[in-house]
Amino acid sequence: MSRKKLSRRQFVAATALTSAAFVAAPYVRGAHAAGKLSIGFWDHWVPGANKASTELVNEWAAKEKVEVTIDYIPSQGNKLLLTIQAEAQAKSGHDIMAMATWLPHAHAENLEPVNEVVEAVIKQSGDVNGTVRYLGVANGKWLGVPACVGSQIKGPCSRIDLMKKHAGIDVQAMYPAGAPPKAEGWTTDTFLKAAEACHKGGVPFGIGLGETSDNVDTVGAFFLAFGAEVVDAKGKVVVKNDNVRAVLEYYKKLMAFLPPDAPAWDDSSNNKWLVSGRGALIMNPPSAWAVARRDAPQIAEQCWTHGFPVGPKGRFAPFLPFYWSIWKFAKNKEAAKSLLLHLSQPEAIEKMVTASGGYDLPAFEKLTTLKTWAEEGPPKGTLYHYPNPHKHQVLSISASPAPPKVAQQIYTQATLTKMCVRFYQGEPMEKTLAWAEGELEGFMRS
Amino acid sequence: MVDVAVQPNRGVVAGSKRKRSSLQTAMKRKSTTAFLMTLPLIILIAVLVIYPAFYSLHLATLNKSMQRFVGLGNFEFLFKRETFWLVVKQSCIFAITAVIFKALIGFIVAHFVHNIPAKGQRKWRGMLLVPWVIPPAMSTLAWLWLFDPSYSAFNYTLAYFGVGPVPWTGDAAWARFSVILVNIWVGAPFFMIMYLAALKSVPDQLYEAAAIDGANWWQRIWYVTLPMMRNIIAITTLFSLIVTFANFDIVRILTAGGPLDHTHIFATWAFRVGIEGSDVPLGASVSLFMVPILAIAAVFILRDINKRGNES
Repeated sequence: MSRKKLSRRQFVAATALTSAAFVAAPYVRGAHAAGKLSIGFWDHWVPGANKASTELVNEWAAKEKVEVTIDYIPSQGNKLLLTIQAEAQAKSGHDIMAMATWLPHAHAENLEPVNEVVEAVIKQSGDVNGTVRYLGVANGKWLGVPACVGSQIKGPCSRIDLMKKHAGIDVQAMYPAGAPPKAEGWTTDTFLKAAEACHKGGVPFGIGLGETSDNVDTVGAFFLAFGAEVVDAKGKVVVKNDNVRAVLEYYKKLMAFLPPDAPAWDDSSNNKWLVSGRGALIMNPPSAWAVARRDAPQIAEQCWTHGFPVGPKGRFAPFLPFYWSIWKFAKNKEAAKSLLLHLSQPEAIEKMVTASGGYDLPAFEKLTTLKTWAEEGPPKGTLYHYPNPHKHQVLSISASPAPPKVAQQIYTQATLTKMCVRFYQGEPMEKTLAWAEGELEGFMRS
Repeated sequence: MVDVAVQPNRGVVAGSKRKRSSLQTAMKRKSTTAFLMTLPLIILIAVLVIYPAFYSLHLATLNKSMQRFVGLGNFEFLFKRETFWLVVKQSCIFAITAVIFKALIGFIVAHFVHNIPAKGQRKWRGMLLVPWVIPPAMSTLAWLWLFDPSYSAFNYTLAYFGVGPVPWTGDAAWARFSVILVNIWVGAPFFMIMYLAALKSVPDQLYEAAAIDGANWWQRIWYVTLPMMRNIIAITTLFSLIVTFANFDIVRILTAGGPLDHTHIFATWAFRVGIEGSDVPLGASVSLFMVPILAIAAVFILRDINKRGNES
């Protein structure tokens, strides 16, 4: 017991010091901080990105004399998700796990609060956006440290040439590299007109309406842009409202200009759509552009990542953060916290962002203007607006502001895209809303 | 005294001899050897099947956060859900249709193969088993490319004939057709090989007698082949029904339950609810729903087989 109390004091002292200047005294290592630490990291799809994480961890481990094992677990085939669920059931496994979006809340009871770490990092690198807080905090406790690795914004990635040719929109002028956006005219109505024009031109926007993450994220951002809540922050089902009706009407118009097979799209469909040159716009992090750069450079040269259109209630972009969480049953919690603090330092984050080619996004506001995004290309500056450097859009998550455990159900069951598809396929509006109401009431289980 | 002093030793020796001999006798028994030889498998099944089965029963009685016992509350909740009944309906459509077609195709192909001269038969048997031998997750990926929403190889081919494009996985009816088709493709060879084995065991004299009686092709099938294959048909149907009801990989890879949940079956919906939606108890309840129904079906079918075995 006394050892535990002592270590806590040591840790608090260390984090206090770190908030002032981490470099000077990162962690006062107690005897118990040595030993072993096992980590389950998300296996990055960018070649070489894992290496940056490994180097940072090893650097810390050598200094703190901790024996570290890292498993890079792919999200492909839900392997990471299954590992997390299995470890939660078994109450055994890694000390630190990378958890995507909804999982910290889903496993809140099994996670060690990391307020000291997050607060220290916020003090140092600036605040996090509302979505990171919404997904990472339960009852005032941080359930994980917002991770740079894997966090992403799924904004529009447009073809410069096709948007100019068919919709008369210069996306580079609207979102100039190195300067604030001039996107006042980039509204949901303009977006609809552009979708129609590109559809007529034979290069429709590649927006899916399936049940996977990319599809749900896009529709969620439009719902928020119309102020269309289906469940409010208190957990009350409010789907039968005029904003929801408005967004369904809007999506019905939009769907007419999307590929006819959009309801069957998964998360790879939009990437293929862009890389194959069949569409003028998709909603995705820069992974599609990165693949195009490798496989179809002539298409990559014409890609420009930018912001969402503004709707009647604002401009929202889907932000999907990853967290590094520590299990309550972890055997070396203090060392785990120390490592997470180390990985959240600006230099560490910059190293990871660079290694990922700009794909990874830090959650902290002072770290959204790193040089990687300004320099990546071709075309140079294509990723400048990816991390939302001028905060001109609200970073959001589909199904918010419903309580996270309810929102997770709405998200995984793809209720919002299903509503759009049902209504588009001819179901009367009120019937669609009644169906959604029934579904949403079923998500209130506790 | 000497006797007394010696006797206990003798008793120990005699006792240990008896024990040793009884152990030797036990070891010599065929049943003991058989038990010991199957013990690793029994342990494996106990650890990997029986324990998880009871654990999932336990999970199904908990609330969403797994902190409270709710008895049959999860099933009560499910019975009120429209989507759950959609999944029940689809699982039945999927399993029954697929098993009927697998049995039918297997039966027909088995006859074709049976009639091939013995010399070339082995090659055909090998080739026809390929879909069943390839891991379904791999072969389904190949089907996914054939059905791909935007780049379907089938649609590409159909376009030459001015047909399509067919929304293989984008339309509810076509998506159901697609997942059933792939399941049939994977499972039909199993029926074929089982039926082929059964066909080979039908004595030729029965066909000769039927031919002397003037039976035509159809009558030979109806009155000779089918009755002789009845048990194997019942067993394969039962086995396949259970496996098809529990299918996961084909639907998960091809449609993930979409569009609009119209291809979800128990396993895929249980995964969606339990693992992706973090409602493990509800997911466990979904996956357990079919257990009593399939168990009753199994009891009836196996009892029927047993009865016929006793009669013969």
